[in-house]
Amino acid sequence: MSTSSSGQNILKPVPAPGDFRGPRVVPGILPLEVRRVSLDLGSRRLLDDLNFTVKSGPFTIILGPNGAGKSLTLRLCHGLLKPTAGEVLWRGIAAREVPKNQTMVFQRPMMLRRSVIGNIEYGLRLQGMGRRQRRERIAEVLKLAGLESLANRAARSLSFGEQQRVAIARAWALRPQVLFLDEPAANLDPSATRAIEGVLRAVHSSGTKIVMSTHDLPQAKRLADEVIFLHRGRLLEQTSADAFFDSPATSEARAFIEGELLW
Amino acid sequence: MVRNYILSAALATVIMIAGSFSAAAERFILIASTTSTQNSGLFDHLLPKFTAKTGIEVRVIAVGTGQALKMGSRGDADVLLVHDAVSEMMFVKNGFGVDRRDVMYNDFVVVGPSNDPAGATEAWDVAKAFRNIAKSGAAFVSRGDNSGTHKAEQRIWIDVGIDAAQYSGDWYREAGAGMGATLNTTSVMGAYTIADRATWLSFGNKGGLRIVHEGDKQLFNPYGVILINPKRFPHVKEADARAFMDWLTSKEGQGAIADFRIDGRQVFFPNAN
Amino acid sequence: MGEVENALITAARLILTLDEDLAEIISLSLQVSLSAVAVAALIGVPLGGALALLRFPGRKTVIVLLNAFMGLPPVVVGLAVYLMLSRMGPFGVFGLLYSPAAMIIAQSVLVTPIVAALSRQVFVDFWTEYEEQLRSLGAGRGRAILTLAWDARSNLVPPVLAGFGRATAEVGAVMIVGGNIDHVTRVMTTTIALETSKGNLALAMGLGIVLVMLSLAVNASVFMANEAATRSGR
Repeated sequence: MSTSSSGQNILKPVPAPGDFRGPRVVPGILPLEVRRVSLDLGSRRLLDDLNFTVKSGPFTIILGPNGAGKSLTLRLCHGLLKPTAGEVLWRGIAAREVPKNQTMVFQRPMMLRRSVIGNIEYGLRLQGMGRRQRRERIAEVLKLAGLESLANRAARSLSFGEQQRVAIARAWALRPQVLFLDEPAANLDPSATRAIEGVLRAVHSSGTKIVMSTHDLPQAKRLADEVIFLHRGRLLEQTSADAFFDSPATSEARAFIEGELLW
Repeated sequence: MVRNYILSAALATVIMIAGSFSAAAERFILIASTTSTQNSGLFDHLLPKFTAKTGIEVRVIAVGTGQALKMGSRGDADVLLVHDAVSEMMFVKNGFGVDRRDVMYNDFVVVGPSNDPAGATEAWDVAKAFRNIAKSGAAFVSRGDNSGTHKAEQRIWIDVGIDAAQYSGDWYREAGAGMGATLNTTSVMGAYTIADRATWLSFGNKGGLRIVHEGDKQLFNPYGVILINPKRFPHVKEADARAFMDWLTSKEGQGAIADFRIDGRQVFFPNAN
Repeated sequence: MGEVENALITAARLILTLDEDLAEIISLSLQVSLSAVAVAALIGVPLGGALALLRFPGRKTVIVLLNAFMGLPPVVVGLAVYLMLSRMGPFGVFGLLYSPAAMIIAQSVLVTPIVAALSRQVFVDFWTEYEEQLRSLGAGRGRAILTLAWDARSNLVPPVLAGFGRATAEVGAVMIVGGNIDHVTRVMTTTIALETSKGNLALAMGLGIVLVMLSLAVNASVFMANEAATRSGR
C-alpha cells in the first residue's frame, strides 16, 4: 500500500532520523537489550526473566494473547516502568527516566486540549525547536499521516481513528530512532486500522525502528518483519516473521496462530 | 485569541492592584476613634468642614476604645479621639501620646423596656437605678468590651457596691460588642443597658426601649484628643495632625461640634479650654 | 415579615436609582476581592500543581496544612495581617494598613489555601490520566504542571470561584486591616456590619440582597463563559 486513505503518496522519502537539527548528528541508541528483566506487582510476577535484543531495521511486532505482558514490556523498554530485576540497556547504558530519541503511542490516544497542530507542536517545543523549523516539521508530518484537512480542528473532537493518527504523528514528529506502539489499532474499525497501518509503514520506511504490540494475528502477518512472542509474562520465541508464522517452535505459539490460545 | 484574553486580564489585575496602592498618595491623617462617636454621625457633620478649610482628608478608624488605644500605642494612627480619661492619662504617661486636650463631652443614658419593671425611672440617681435593676433581677446587657461606655458602666457598679461580673450569664449579660450590637441585643431581650445619647438617638431599632434614667453628673462622658507621640513614631504626620487638633479646639471647631443635632437635640457639648 | 419586605424594597431602590454610595462600595468590593482572587490563583494553582506532581520531603504535611487553612477564620487572618502591617510590625514601614492594598493582602492570604487545596485535587485527577503520555513526550514535572493547568482550565474554574465566594463574603479580615474607612476601605460586607450595628436592619439586609445578587451575577457569567468555551470543542 503506497497511498493513505486520503489518496496521497505517503512513501515519499523523508530525512533520516538523527539529523533534524542540521549538521548535528545524534548518536544511535540501538541496539536495545532487555537483560534478565522481571517485573513484580506485590507478590505476583508479571514478567519473568525476559531476555531479548532489539536491533535497528526490521518492523518488530510483540505478539501474544491478552495478559501476556506486552504492554508492560513496551513500557519497560520505553522507560515508564522500572524492572524489579534485570536491566534495560540502550547501547549498553541503563537509562534513568524516559530516554530521548524514542517515543511511544499508547492504546488510547491522550489528546491534549488543543488543535491537532498544537498536539504535534507540543513535543517539538519541549525539544526547543525554533518556530520556523517546527512549522516545516509539522507540515511534513501532517502530510505523512494524512491529517492536513484536520490540522486546525480541536484534537478531542476527532474520531478515535483520527486521534490515533495524530498520536502517531505527534510521536514521529520528534524524529525518534525507535517508535513503540501499544496495540494502536485495538479499538478501531477496519478502515481506520488500515489507515493507521499505512502511516506506520511510511514511518518505518523513513528509517524509524518500530516495536509494536498486538494480539491481532492478521495485522501481525501484514506488518511484521520480526516477531517476539510473549505468553504469561515469559518470552517464548523471537524470530523472523516468516519463520514464526510458517513453523512456530513452541506449542503455545502454534495454538495462538491457530486461534486457540486465548490467554 | 485566548492568550490575549489572559494578557488583558493580567494587565487589568495589575492595574487594579497598583491603583489600590496609590491610595496612599493623597494628603490625609488617620484618627483612631470609637464606634459610638462614629455611629452618632458627628464625623460626617464635622470633618468635611475641616477638609474644606485645610485640604487635609481625615480618615476615621472607628473601633472600641481599647482597640483605639492599642492602635495608638502601636503608632498605627496620627491622632486619638476617645472618651476614657483614666486610660488617656495612662496613655500619655507611658509616652505614647502627647498634648492631650479637652474637646467636648456627651452623656450616657440608661435605657430599658418602656414599662420599666425594675423601677429605674423613680430612682433619684443612677446608682440607685442600677441597684433597683440588680435587685429586680431584670436583665442588664453590658458592652463588656473595655470601651469608654463599658468602663463608665463599671464605675457605677463599683459605686453601688455590686459585683455585677459574678452574675454574668444570669441577669448580667456581657455582650462583648459595640454600642449598636449591644442595643440590638437589649432591644430583643427587653433588657436594660447604658448607652451614649448620640448612638441612642440615631439608633434605628429601638423596639420597645426608652430612656429610663438620665442627667446625672456621673453619666457625663468627656472626650480627649491626643497626638500620637512623634518622637516615638517618626512617621506620624505631626503638622497636619496638630492642624486638626487646633481646629477642633478652636472657636470654629467647637462651634461646629455644638451645631451638631440629632432629632433637633444637641448631643455633644464643646469644652475645650 | 415587615423587615424582609423593607429589605427587598430597599434593595430594589438602591439598585434602580443607581445609588452613588452603593456604586462606590460595590466597585471597591470587586476591586479588592477580584485582585485577591487573582493573586490567589497565580500562587494557588501552581502550588496545587506542585503538590500534586512533585515529590519532596514534607509534602504530606503541607497538604494537610493547606486543607486545614481552607477553614482559617477571616478575623484571625485579619488580626495576623494587621500585626504584620502595623507600624510596629515587620512591614510597618510600608504604611499599608487601612488601605485597599492591606485588604487585598489579607484576602489573598485567606483565599490562596482554598484555591491551592482544591486545584491540587484537579491536578491529581488529571495527572492520573496524563502522566504516561506527558512523560513519554519528555515533559519534565514543571512543564507538566503548566500543561495540565491549561488542559484542566475548565476544572480549575470552580476552585477559583470558591475563592471568590470566600473573599466577597468575609468581613472579619477586611474590617481589621481596612478599618472600614468611609470612601476608602468600606466594602459591602463592612457596610452591612456597620448598618446592622446602627440598627438600620432593613438597609443592612437590602445591601445583603444586593451582595448576593452580585455574587450570582459573577457566577452566572463565569458559568456561561465556561460553557461557551467547552462547546467550541476545545
